[in-house]
Amino acid sequence: MGQGILQIALFCALVVAVVPLLGGYMARVFSGEPTFLGAVLGPVERLTYRLLRVDCAQGQGWKAYARSVLVFSLAGWLVLFVILRTQALHPFYTGGRPAVPWDLSFNTASSFVTNTNWQFYGGETTMTYFSQMAGLAVQNFLSAAVGLAVAAALIRALAARRGGDAPGQTIGNFWQDLVRATLYVLLPIAIVAALVLVSQGTVQTLGGAAGGLARGPVASQEAIKQLGTNGGGFFNVNSAYPFENPTQLSNLLEMFLILCIPASLTATYGRIVGNRREGWAIFGVMALLFVVSVAVVFAAERHGTPAQHAAGVVGANLEGKDIRFGTTDSALWTAVTTVTSAGAVNAALESLTAIGGLVPMVDMAYGESVFGGVGTGLYTMLMYVLLAVFIGGLMVGRTPEYLGRKIEAREIRLVSLAVLATPLIALAGAGAALATTYGAPSIHASGPQGFSETLYAYLSQANNNGSAFAGYTGVTFADVVGGLAMLAGRFVPIVLVLAVAGSLAGKRVAPAGLGTLRTDTATFGGLLVGVVVLVGALTFFPALLLGPVVQGLTGRPL
Amino acid sequence: MRPGRDLTTAAIAIVLFTGVLGIGYPLAITAVSQVAFGARADGSRDLIGTPRLTAAKRPDPAFFQPRPSATGYSASATFFSNRGPNAASARAFYRHALAAYHAREDRYSPGLTDADVPVDAVTTSASGVDPHISPANAAIQARRVAAVRGIAPARVLALVAAHTDGRFLGVFGEPGVNVQALNRALGR
Repeated sequence: MGQGILQIALFCALVVAVVPLLGGYMARVFSGEPTFLGAVLGPVERLTYRLLRVDCAQGQGWKAYARSVLVFSLAGWLVLFVILRTQALHPFYTGGRPAVPWDLSFNTASSFVTNTNWQFYGGETTMTYFSQMAGLAVQNFLSAAVGLAVAAALIRALAARRGGDAPGQTIGNFWQDLVRATLYVLLPIAIVAALVLVSQGTVQTLGGAAGGLARGPVASQEAIKQLGTNGGGFFNVNSAYPFENPTQLSNLLEMFLILCIPASLTATYGRIVGNRREGWAIFGVMALLFVVSVAVVFAAERHGTPAQHAAGVVGANLEGKDIRFGTTDSALWTAVTTVTSAGAVNAALESLTAIGGLVPMVDMAYGESVFGGVGTGLYTMLMYVLLAVFIGGLMVGRTPEYLGRKIEAREIRLVSLAVLATPLIALAGAGAALATTYGAPSIHASGPQGFSETLYAYLSQANNNGSAFAGYTGVTFADVVGGLAMLAGRFVPIVLVLAVAGSLAGKRVAPAGLGTLRTDTATFGGLLVGVVVLVGALTFFPALLLGPVVQGLTGRPL
Repeated sequence: MRPGRDLTTAAIAIVLFTGVLGIGYPLAITAVSQVAFGARADGSRDLIGTPRLTAAKRPDPAFFQPRPSATGYSASATFFSNRGPNAASARAFYRHALAAYHAREDRYSPGLTDADVPVDAVTTSASGVDPHISPANAAIQARRVAAVRGIAPARVLALVAAHTDGRFLGVFGEPGVNVQALNRALGR
């Protein structure tokens, strides 16, 4: 027990240590300031702009920015769909794999472009090396870069010191944010991480399957899969497989990669808006909710399941867990990958204890705002911040304001839509699957576990997480509805967030007065925790009761 | 920027990024890995846990046996058992696994109770090819291996200790005995 708590504490300390460093670095990247990599990457960056024929000096208003995001994502989706449908023509090792069926291609393209990385397929038996490298891994980079870009745009809108005049109406240039996020943040870290993973035993070869071993260019994909909070495994069992995640060091590195950018973005935010305490306040709220998640799943997995007890097995729940990670690293990983939108797994989530399995569902129900995805987590949490400011303003009876900007009806309308869109999509999807006969063929288990599988599937896809109760299998209905849930769950909030950014960028900034509700204090942090838990988790409370909670109250095999 | 202009830029960007991130990056990592790490980059057999079998495809009692696997120890098509916490079928599986463990070990470890059987020996691993077993599991199996081979238990236990991977930095993860490497060291 003490040993488990010690390693969780050390991991958290590691993350806290990197926040100011990486956060400060990303603040320079997204403010367009020179960085220590500029000497090498500067010429590459300028060449890219020339090839793309974009003029970065030209800022975009929110509508233009959103249009660029959507058009770029659509282009990526089409290319990925075509790659998956033409596997017979691919160079490199194909293993004779045929084209991916249309419904699975739809689901998978939607999944990777939206940073979800939900997988209704087993990577090593479905995909060619070219699909993995040039299709899926490219979107691992680009979907993360798009998330970072949108977050940068929102931060900039909140930081603009002068509102009202023309420059205040622009929120940055999408193409510049995209290129800088990829070149300065994602690619350098991925290169280093990939090589460390290979040193641990993660496979990196183009040699094809040999002697019954599925292999491939795994490390290069694994590094960005974690760093970009994507989570789509090269192998079906994802980061449980020794060729993806061979040692405890690789496991530690992968968890660190997942959290480093989402956590550090809070510091990036604090720096750019000119008050580091604002960033730390948000970090504190995220950290608190994260630690609670870890504690619950850690405690739950230290005991066996009712089925194990009934059979006379004594010990912790090691079903679907590998020895080198044990229950502690599996529990920590489960919380890390579900508060963020990573969705990678190193243990079978469906085999967790009922309460252990409840944790990832609640984590996702927070709307992936607790660290969340790369970029997406910060902007989702900022929507909750605006909501908390609004509620706080009502409580003290003043017009709510945030960072000197008045929060008015228009913003609150947009924020409410952004916050409610994902739960609506998740519950509608799960409802459609359960209320009709179409959802039934996907379900593997019976009773509350079958319900949990379905709920998990739509929670995960709507929130762009990607982890699964893996018994849930893909059929055409699940492929299509799931694909639509992922697309809506990604792009509806993005457009609304950018609309909020556009609206805030144009506002006059008033200095803080005596009655201003301060947002960099523990009191506000408490309010924010309340809002996230109330809005996020309680929306799903009835559904959670029917699945994992019923299961948890049932102390015997069904 | 006009909408048509966005489309052109997006198309160029996707082609460019696919070239750099989808071909250039993985090939460069592969080249460096193959040069710097050689065979390790091709996949080490010691990372893949599979049972040593006799000709009759039965587990060979002269070797340490890995944990149960949902995939039949497949290293080419992986999946989880997805055994739920309350499933009646899970209870049946554990009962069967317990009985099998007793059948294999009771002769060499008299008085072995259900509570003595390490939980890793009767639960399926996540990867299906977990290379490790718990030290407690190895200690029980060591008695059988020593007896079947007719060698001193201390020698087997020394080999077990030599093939036990500890925690990283003494803190992270759990210790485990690498069955693959241990069995290779035991030899025929």
